Amino acid sequence: MTDLTLDPARPATRNWSRIGLRWLLFSLLGLFALFYLMPLFVMITTSLKSLEEIRTGSLIAFPREVTFDAWRTAWSEACTGIQCEGLRPFFWNSVVIAVPAVAISTMLGAANGYVIAQWRFRGANLIFSLMLFGCFIPFQVVLLPMARMLGLMGLAGSIPGLIFVHVIYGIGFTTLFFRNFYVTIPQDLVKAAKVDGAGFFRIFWSIFLPLSLPIIVVTVIWQFTQIWNDFLFGVSFSQAGTQPVTVALNNIVNSTTGVKEYNVDMAAAIIAALPTLLVYAVAGKYFIRGLTAGSVKG
Amino acid sequence: MTGWLERHIPKMVLAPSFAAVLVFVYGFIIWTAWVSLTRSRLLPKYEIEGFIQYERLFNAPRWDTAMSNLFVFGTLFIVISMVLGLMLAILLDQKIRTEGVLRTIYLYPMALSLIVTGTAWKWIMNPGLGIEAMVRGWGFESFTFDWVINPDKAIYAVVIAGVWQASGFVMALFLAGLRGVDGEIIKAAQVDGIPAWRIYTAIIIPSMAPIFLSAFIVLAHLAIKSFDLVIALTGGGPGYATDLPATYMYTMAFSRGDIGQAASSAMVMMGVVFAIIVPYLYSELRAKHD
Repeated sequence: MTDLTLDPARPATRNWSRIGLRWLLFSLLGLFALFYLMPLFVMITTSLKSLEEIRTGSLIAFPREVTFDAWRTAWSEACTGIQCEGLRPFFWNSVVIAVPAVAISTMLGAANGYVIAQWRFRGANLIFSLMLFGCFIPFQVVLLPMARMLGLMGLAGSIPGLIFVHVIYGIGFTTLFFRNFYVTIPQDLVKAAKVDGAGFFRIFWSIFLPLSLPIIVVTVIWQFTQIWNDFLFGVSFSQAGTQPVTVALNNIVNSTTGVKEYNVDMAAAIIAALPTLLVYAVAGKYFIRGLTAGSVKG
Repeated sequence: MTGWLERHIPKMVLAPSFAAVLVFVYGFIIWTAWVSLTRSRLLPKYEIEGFIQYERLFNAPRWDTAMSNLFVFGTLFIVISMVLGLMLAILLDQKIRTEGVLRTIYLYPMALSLIVTGTAWKWIMNPGLGIEAMVRGWGFESFTFDWVINPDKAIYAVVIAGVWQASGFVMALFLAGLRGVDGEIIKAAQVDGIPAWRIYTAIIIPSMAPIFLSAFIVLAHLAIKSFDLVIALTGGGPGYATDLPATYMYTMAFSRGDIGQAASSAMVMMGVVFAIIVPYLYSELRAKHD
């Protein structure tokens, strides 16, 4: 904690300039808060307006008459290309993709991190470095071979195919999270447990997993937001019925047929964003920890 | 037998993940590198022909636009996000009662999908109904803000949305850094009567060099991979005015059926990422060993 404020040093003018500075400080912070909140505000208010009101009214005006029609349309009627079933089926696609992909990649990451941090063997560090490196490649470099591989595996355009892709490219990060968490646990613990006759899995189940709740939460949140918000894999490896919600949202917004329904676009955007916003609202602390752990290692 | 098993279980647990990474990361990179040296069009061919795809790539005006867009977007996005993030972090560090609320507000965009961010800003910057129409409605009839549909300005519209999305995250990084600075040194400086701004510029900010580096790496990485945001905000348009290498690669791979071009552009992207990431990872891993 830095014990520092921007107070001027001279005592005579201290009070007045202090008040002035505080005022300036809060106005600046407030202005920036407005900048960050504005898009959310505009999205919400626009989604509650009628098209007529959008055309005649102002961007930042509150709706004169609140209507939830746009939300209903976005959820169950809006057209994504030729299909007109709204976001609903795609929202569930995203759920069906994200839940197993998060679960599997987290479990693999826990096991890998446990091995790398606590059962060091020759080459373990090299393996870790190579896995870590895999996190940082631009995914464009694997899109083409992955498309062919999914075809060979019979998973092209399918939801299991997308789950598979997310698991594969999630392992690097989940392993990183668990490894960094498990290296802080003293190795003597493992040695003592071994003396008592516990084996590899026993030590993992009875000692490490019960300690792991905080890092499991961080990993699950990180993976969930990554997978839910993914667009590149979704748009590359899905087909008409299996697209995730981000792809469907983009199709709704950019479909060129008929009258442009901005209120429906905004409602659809909010629906697509709701799960991760909810995660952020409920577990913001862990969300931030995941963000920083994914960028600043150690 | 059980002794052998007992000794090798850890490796056996790690093996499937490692094998997957070897195949799906390194094997795939080799595949793409290989194909980038062939005449592959709609289907991959495997006879190596040399650097023809790279020659085509570097002679394509569209790739030229994509690379200069990446440069403009990357530079502005990184610099503005860092400056804004640092400023917000310092302002928030002044013992403010509402800090928690403000931090939450500044950071929430990072939880959103870039497709959502792009959709929202596309609507806000829409000249007919968005900010332009709003300001005109206030009586400034000649006000124009048509960046999103103006080929010369569209890339700056992408910068605005990108900064909105990522600057809060930089703020969070810097705030953590400010809180990590040794309080004793600062107290000593205060006792010596050194003004606060000097303490920031001479002591606190220089001590946060590693955080600047991390923020830079993350932002550079985000910029190079930027794809979703451009797709949702401008669709790469008008024309291909906001193409980035990532959208170029996607177009070649999935709508033009030009696999060779797609592969060579992907390899160039990887080269750019590695030029930034490799020295960083190397120094990080080395530091851990010491």
